[in-house]
Amino acid sequence: MIDPARFRSDFPILGREINGRPMAFLDSAASSQKPAQVIDAMMDVYRNSYANVHRGAYTLSQEATEAYEGARRKVARFLNAAAPEEVVFTRNTTAAINQFAYGWGLGNLKPGDRVLTSVMEHHSNIVPWHIIARHTGAELSFLDITGDFRIDLQKAQDRFDERVKIVSLSGMSNVLGIMPPIGEIARLAREVGAVMLVDGAQMVPHSPVDVQEMGADFLAFSGHKMLGPTGIGVLWGRRELLEKMEPMEGGGEMIREVQLFESTWAPVPQKFEAGTPPFVEAIGLGAAVDYLSEIGMDQILEHDRQLTSYALDRLEEVPGLSIQGPANTIDRGGVVSFDIPGIHAHDIATILDQHGVAVRAGHHCAQPLMRHLGLAATTRASFYLYNSEDDIDALVDALGVARRLFGLD
Amino acid sequence: MASLEELYREVILDHYRSPRNRRVLERSNAGADGSNPLCGDEVRVDLLIEAGVITDIGVTGHGCSISQASGSMMGDAVKAKALDEVCRLTDRFKGMMSIEGAADPGLDPERPGAVLGDLEALQGVRKFPVRIKCADLPWTTLEEALGIYESG
Ligand SMILES: Cc1ncc(COP(=O)(O)O)c(C=O)c1O
Repeated sequence: MIDPARFRSDFPILGREINGRPMAFLDSAASSQKPAQVIDAMMDVYRNSYANVHRGAYTLSQEATEAYEGARRKVARFLNAAAPEEVVFTRNTTAAINQFAYGWGLGNLKPGDRVLTSVMEHHSNIVPWHIIARHTGAELSFLDITGDFRIDLQKAQDRFDERVKIVSLSGMSNVLGIMPPIGEIARLAREVGAVMLVDGAQMVPHSPVDVQEMGADFLAFSGHKMLGPTGIGVLWGRRELLEKMEPMEGGGEMIREVQLFESTWAPVPQKFEAGTPPFVEAIGLGAAVDYLSEIGMDQILEHDRQLTSYALDRLEEVPGLSIQGPANTIDRGGVVSFDIPGIHAHDIATILDQHGVAVRAGHHCAQPLMRHLGLAATTRASFYLYNSEDDIDALVDALGVARRLFGLD
Repeated sequence: MASLEELYREVILDHYRSPRNRRVLERSNAGADGSNPLCGDEVRVDLLIEAGVITDIGVTGHGCSISQASGSMMGDAVKAKALDEVCRLTDRFKGMMSIEGAADPGLDPERPGAVLGDLEALQGVRKFPVRIKCADLPWTTLEEALGIYESG
């Protein structure tokens, strides 16, 4: 059982007051806070071991290279990847999905082929496919969600036929909090010969992942949502598929040999890492992975689940409030979106902020899902290892203020 | 919580709860849609302009209290006004909402006969910089509608 108080002191920023109140930071789904261990690991590189990687024969460069490749090994172990070479460092989830969409989609999709995704996706798992569809003539199709906010598996069966060449699905919704049955969907994808990517932007920071068991072929996620810095993300892929995939960017670091009229690529993963990589950020992500591994991802998942359960109970006390997501914690992460008719989400967020409570308001980069829910915006509270029931109490208290201010009492 | 009450003045909440001029005009000759893609606020402004005067205005849409109240108040403020006066009002409003506007002594909401009327209640928004664009949205949409009208 996690004791958030034990971790809070590792996060310097959480000691801040906001508008005269202790901070209740409930927006980790957008980006998490950073422990001193991560900040220090990055500072240590800048202060002591900084030089460009993969280039110099001198000590500093060797140290930086070793730390960078060490971070890759840490991430590989964290995911239980077959080899560190299966871990491609990218800028973030968005860049990882785009690498897959361009690198795999452009060469492998023909008119009439299908890319299957879902209506609950983040824009970063929809818009790249719009672009690729325009280039290739492929079509998009979408898994629906049921009235109780789950992926509609019954209807899903019909979506899988031999036209489906790519399946790209979120492992955890950043609005509804649901975690779809990835294994089941990966099995359906395999049956029709489709290649599958999981958008792990929310899933990887909040639950144990074993890529060899998951069943999918690619996994994308961001460092900044899992205690790591901005500017670093990961595309994991099965080695044989990474070897077949085209690089999206060309430049230094990613080549074997360059002639005037053509060039050959370096082996994976360097083939996908053109230019000087964000290696200090990768090292920061390595420190974040150490921090998370020490606690245990199963512990974090359970902690998020207990907080979600508490939040669902407490929010039920707020008259008029409707939860946009399942009312239980089965296959659900620590994200709770809600709507209070009569108070717009932005007004709620402003009022909460005055009480030190940081939440997200808006469409959460999921406009198709919002349209499906029939809402223009929701308020979203999301939890991580440093949150406690106190944060949720502060949220519920401030919602009471909002209701009074708007004359709903 | 003083500043929240400054933001959510009763008159703002009143316009939010019972917006004025919220209708689609049967007869109109100018209009535009505006949105804040980041927060999803949406406003539609329809105008009937006759002999250089806004004789009717409809303001529809959805969004937060600030954007919707601002649109409601804007409708009241510009109706039956000549276009050049509407331009002046728009400038004045935008001036009030900008940081420098704070120094404009003509914009005291307590002062009788305040130039912008109810609109001056929106001054509190200035203390919440991320919300300024909510208050501005109906006005930029109005400007766009007038721009289209004048160039068409
Ligand atoms: C489900 C999901 N996918 C993708 C992203 C995009 O992540 P990033 O902005 O780090 O690329 C996010 C983050 O907001 C997300 O929640």
